[in-house]
Amino acid sequence: MTTTLDTKGMNCPLPILKAKKAIKGLDDGETLQVLSTDPGSVKDFEAFCRSTGNSLLESSEADGVFTYMIKKGA
Amino acid sequence: MSAEGDNAKSMSIIVTKGTLDWAYPPFILATTAAAMDVKVTMFFTFYGLQLLKKNLDHLQISTLGNPAMEMPMMGMHMTMPNIMSAIPGVDAMCSTMMKNLIKKKGVASIPELREAAIESDVEMIGCQMTLDLFELDSKDLIDNITLGGAATYMENALKSDINLYI
Repeated sequence: MTTTLDTKGMNCPLPILKAKKAIKGLDDGETLQVLSTDPGSVKDFEAFCRSTGNSLLESSEADGVFTYMIKKGA
Repeated sequence: MSAEGDNAKSMSIIVTKGTLDWAYPPFILATTAAAMDVKVTMFFTFYGLQLLKKNLDHLQISTLGNPAMEMPMMGMHMTMPNIMSAIPGVDAMCSTMMKNLIKKKGVASIPELREAAIESDVEMIGCQMTLDLFELDSKDLIDNITLGGAATYMENALKSDINLYI
């Protein structure tokens, strides 16, 4: 099951804070899709996932919108 | 709980400044660290104690002694000569401009970040000595804090992986 979190228009650190909150509500193995317009979020979501033991399955950009797929847990 | 297990890292921040701009670094780092499973303690002392007041509307920026402050304005950047800060209303005007900019750029407000910090179990300690020194009333401060002194902070700092002074 994939949940989508729209953080478009939000700036650092809001996308990370909202993503953390959303991940909390997931079961291990479930995925969260995060949408962001913050260019700084690319490095931030990589660092966030590395430090919190979640998996960044995908990171892409189209028309100024960054999309991340995060799987809860390793 | 934001921190789980014995391997959880910890961080302490001494918050000494009470202006709108300087309120950001401690709250951004505290909330982000908490989101990354770090146990965070913030110690608010001197002007930093202002950030624990229930109402945060009084937070302002000052143009005084800050030649690095370049405000985007009508497609250019404007710096404020120090003497401008002496004119009544200028700091208030600049603060309003800053708040508008913050909103426009999707940057979180300080009340919003503080709420996020509380929600993620960031421990906040207000400095009792500062309270006494400036004759502040603890009733004007938010409820989710404890009051303590240097030793309370040090106990946290001694076992923290990161200690910051802002």
